[in-house]
Amino acid sequence: MEFFLISMLNSVSYGLLLFMLSSGLTIIFSMMGVLNFAHASFYMIGAYFAYQLSGWLGFWPALVCAPLLVGIVGMAVERYGLRTVHKYGHVAELLFTFGLAYLIEEAVHLIWGRSSVPYVIPPSLEGAAFTLFSTDYPLYRVFMMVVSVSMLIGIYLTLTRSRIGLVIQAALTHPQTVETLGHNVPRVFMLVFGGGSALAGLAGVIGGNAFITEPGMAAAVGPIVFVVVVVGGMGSLAGAFLASLLIGTLQTFSVALDYSFADLLAKLGISIGPDTPLAALWDLTIAQTGPVLPYLLMVLMLIFRPKGILGTREG
Amino acid sequence: MSTAIELRGVTKRFGNTEIIRGVDLAVPRGERHAIIGPNGAGKSTLFNLISGRYPLSHGDILLNGESVSGLKPFQINRKGLSRSFQVTNIFQRMSVFENIRCAVLWTLGYKYSFWHRLGGLKDANLHAEEVMESIGLKARRDTPAGVLSYAEQRALEIGVTIAGGAEVILLDEPTAGMSRTETSDAVELIRKVSQGKTLIMVEHDMGVVFDLADKISVLVYGEVIASDVPDNIRGNKAVQEAYLGTEAH
Amino acid sequence: MAKLKYRPINLGRWLVWGGTALVMIILPLILTAGFTLTLLSQIGVGIIFALSYNMLLGQGGMLSFGHAVYSGLGAYFTVHALNLISQGAFHFPVTLAPIIGGLAGATFGVIFGYVTTKKAGTTFAMISLGIGEMVFACSLMFAGFFGGEAGVSTNRVMGQSFLGITYGPSIQVYYLIVGWALVCMAAMYAWTQTPLGRMANAVRDNPERAEFVGYDTHMVRFLTLVLSGFFAGIAGGLSCINYEIVTAENVGAAASGGVLIATFIGGAGFFFGPIIGTIVFFTMVTAVGAMTKAWLFYLGLLFLIMVLYAPGGFASLILMHVPVIKARLMRRLLLPYAAALVTGAVLMAGLVSVVEMTYHFSLEAGTAPGMKLFGFAFNVTSATPWTVAVGLLIGGFVISRFAWAAVGRAWADIVHILQDRAVV
Ligand SMILES: Nc1ncnc2c1ncn2[C@@H]1O[C@H](COP(=O)(O)OP(=O)(O)O)[C@@H](O)[C@H]1O
Ligand SMILES: [Mg+2]
Repeated sequence: MEFFLISMLNSVSYGLLLFMLSSGLTIIFSMMGVLNFAHASFYMIGAYFAYQLSGWLGFWPALVCAPLLVGIVGMAVERYGLRTVHKYGHVAELLFTFGLAYLIEEAVHLIWGRSSVPYVIPPSLEGAAFTLFSTDYPLYRVFMMVVSVSMLIGIYLTLTRSRIGLVIQAALTHPQTVETLGHNVPRVFMLVFGGGSALAGLAGVIGGNAFITEPGMAAAVGPIVFVVVVVGGMGSLAGAFLASLLIGTLQTFSVALDYSFADLLAKLGISIGPDTPLAALWDLTIAQTGPVLPYLLMVLMLIFRPKGILGTREG
Repeated sequence: MSTAIELRGVTKRFGNTEIIRGVDLAVPRGERHAIIGPNGAGKSTLFNLISGRYPLSHGDILLNGESVSGLKPFQINRKGLSRSFQVTNIFQRMSVFENIRCAVLWTLGYKYSFWHRLGGLKDANLHAEEVMESIGLKARRDTPAGVLSYAEQRALEIGVTIAGGAEVILLDEPTAGMSRTETSDAVELIRKVSQGKTLIMVEHDMGVVFDLADKISVLVYGEVIASDVPDNIRGNKAVQEAYLGTEAH
Repeated sequence: MAKLKYRPINLGRWLVWGGTALVMIILPLILTAGFTLTLLSQIGVGIIFALSYNMLLGQGGMLSFGHAVYSGLGAYFTVHALNLISQGAFHFPVTLAPIIGGLAGATFGVIFGYVTTKKAGTTFAMISLGIGEMVFACSLMFAGFFGGEAGVSTNRVMGQSFLGITYGPSIQVYYLIVGWALVCMAAMYAWTQTPLGRMANAVRDNPERAEFVGYDTHMVRFLTLVLSGFFAGIAGGLSCINYEIVTAENVGAAASGGVLIATFIGGAGFFFGPIIGTIVFFTMVTAVGAMTKAWLFYLGLLFLIMVLYAPGGFASLILMHVPVIKARLMRRLLLPYAAALVTGAVLMAGLVSVVEMTYHFSLEAGTAPGMKLFGFAFNVTSATPWTVAVGLLIGGFVISRFAWAAVGRAWADIVHILQDRAVV
């Protein structure tokens, strides 16, 4: 029970972090048709900016400034890069963001080196928030959830109350109509791309010190975010939310479960020896299969429900 | 005469709006059938339903007595139905010849072959040359489709549609946007290529319609309000009110 | 993106293929420096891999981020087969072993392709990435098959020598690679001239119309992917023979990204584009990689610049000059090109300085602040070199914009002249 509750809390905080990433990706994809391969790279530079800025200014200013900076970088990328390749179509845009992800990773290598940087939780957020049975639940995890949920409310309010939010909503349901709305479409695109990047940056600021800030963090989380978007349904924010929590749960629980299928079968009275067919498969622990599970889920989803949990379009 | 195409209570909804509202229509084999009606009446949508581009909301469509509703476009095409598009829809980057050859490969049985050399396919190449000749694009053989003139592209659109030798041909506004001489060329072309086949065409030019069609159906707001031989359509009061009267051509 | 076209009987075609074969055969006899044979073997294998990739990207319009799955699994199956052969489990000539890799690649193409090829475009790209990650994650799970961190190694020298061929010396392996590369190149070129190859183009350009002339686009993409997986698997098998070791990196994202970059910078729209791309890619990796640790940065930058300004790759850059040369108008371009070259060199010098100094600064500013660049020795913590470098960068940027504007004007003139002549 204790294990379950703690893992559940961890799943939610990780899932919310994933949603901060996947919501930006989804909005950008729905509006601009661009699958931003470099989205997780903005997550990474968010963490690095926060590391650098918190060294100079402290954590709290960094929490605000780093995402803003990332947003500015995102807007510049849209203005001077994406807009140039837009005329060549979506595949060219995807290639551009792929190259960008590559370049950002190398730039991080150049500036901050190849190993991780000591971006740590600020002292004011260290320690336990509460004690559940016998486990202290870390304050920082709670802080992450608070930030994510505030962000969620922020997105919700922006989407439902502001003019640009209404444009975005229209674009989510009827992508082809954005141009007919009479807005300055390039500017809306730039703001949306910048906003999505800033969200990813914010996720980096609060995720970078909870996990680890290193050059490989974008490549590690990027594909997972794609899986979230596919599983949730391309272009569906609510789907992305459910899928984020689902995959957060899947990953958190699988890492913690150290049972193998052989153990399971042994409980049922079937013994597995080294000579049993597919022995390598049965001896795997659930923790070992953890990294594959999201992708397996994605493949199964594509076979049985190609439009995702809540998607309306098939790809 | 047996029926080539039969629509039974065909209905199509986009969201809450019913665009096609219970259309019944039977076109016998060998007939040239025109569908007319004001813009937005649902003529193209009807073609999209028959050819499998959109799924039906209700009703059934039979091709040679066999239901084809729910089939994919390529399955319907393989059963002998081919269509053209109102907005030119060809392989823009390929040459005229390649466009037409692509359209004959399946029917000639080359399917997904990766063991035949295209250059060695005598029947396919010969047939493609013939089609090119008949649509009058022989001189443009190696020109990329994308750089052809509008009228030439429309001719190629028809060529790609008929090249596979389908028995039932659907043409969506084949002469739209053409000059008078281009139109009369197109009419001759359509007459020639639809020889002995079942033709259903959407057309706005009444001259073309009365010239070519054996029978005319009038579609207004997703409903067929009349379906008859040209002379009767001309004299039909309801048609004049709903269509001919409002659309000055 | 035009395609290279040949008439049925064509002297040019024989010259091109014969010339290619001849060059591949005599190159190691001319270039005898120690690393060239390694590089040439790498290029040979890379050409097969890149051409197989281009069956997807260029011919079929499918942007894959996981193509190394097929070459990598092909390599793994080859390495296990070689080990079994050397244990005497069955008899099979090493010369033909890449075919095992090819069959494995094709088999996994059948397994994964069915799901991935339902849709093209962005969806395909995303799913190919997911499949790639899945296989990579599996490679860490199944240490028995994938060999864990160390990978699986083998020994390509086995059995009796046949006519002195043992595949001991790397020159023999090189010629094995050349043989396979020529066969695969010819086969993949031939594929572009088959009904399936042509319909792959059709599905790439206009999938909807392809469905209305009787083709199941899913099937066309699926078969294309299976064949592409076959050739990728052959490339994997050859790399296994070449290195005698296969690790999880062979199925990893970096290998998939590398072949994408090589193919794209070469020019996906042309059959021979990926060949140029592979040569450029591996030469750059070897040459630049030997000079600086920041080589990946330069490679990424080159890729990004190509995406932005030359999406047809080197092949299209070369081909766009053919009509100009034929029309004897090249001299109009020489001066602007020279200007672009000189100003570009300034810009490059600035860029390289900034990058290298940043790198040096972040790595060892504290321990060894002295560094040497372009023959100058300086201290990376002092301000002067930074001022110079940033000055070069900005100055180079400004003046090269002028040069490129001149290039643009010269091209506009030439296009004008060519159009006028075409009309007359
Ligand atoms: N894919 C679609 N989604 C929603 N509405 C559509 C779609 N296709 C057509 N319509 C609507 O159906 C109506 C009929 O269109 P169409 O069949 O093109 O008319 P016609 O060809 O007779 O001019 C129009 O009001 C059009 O807006
Ligand atoms: Mg219409």
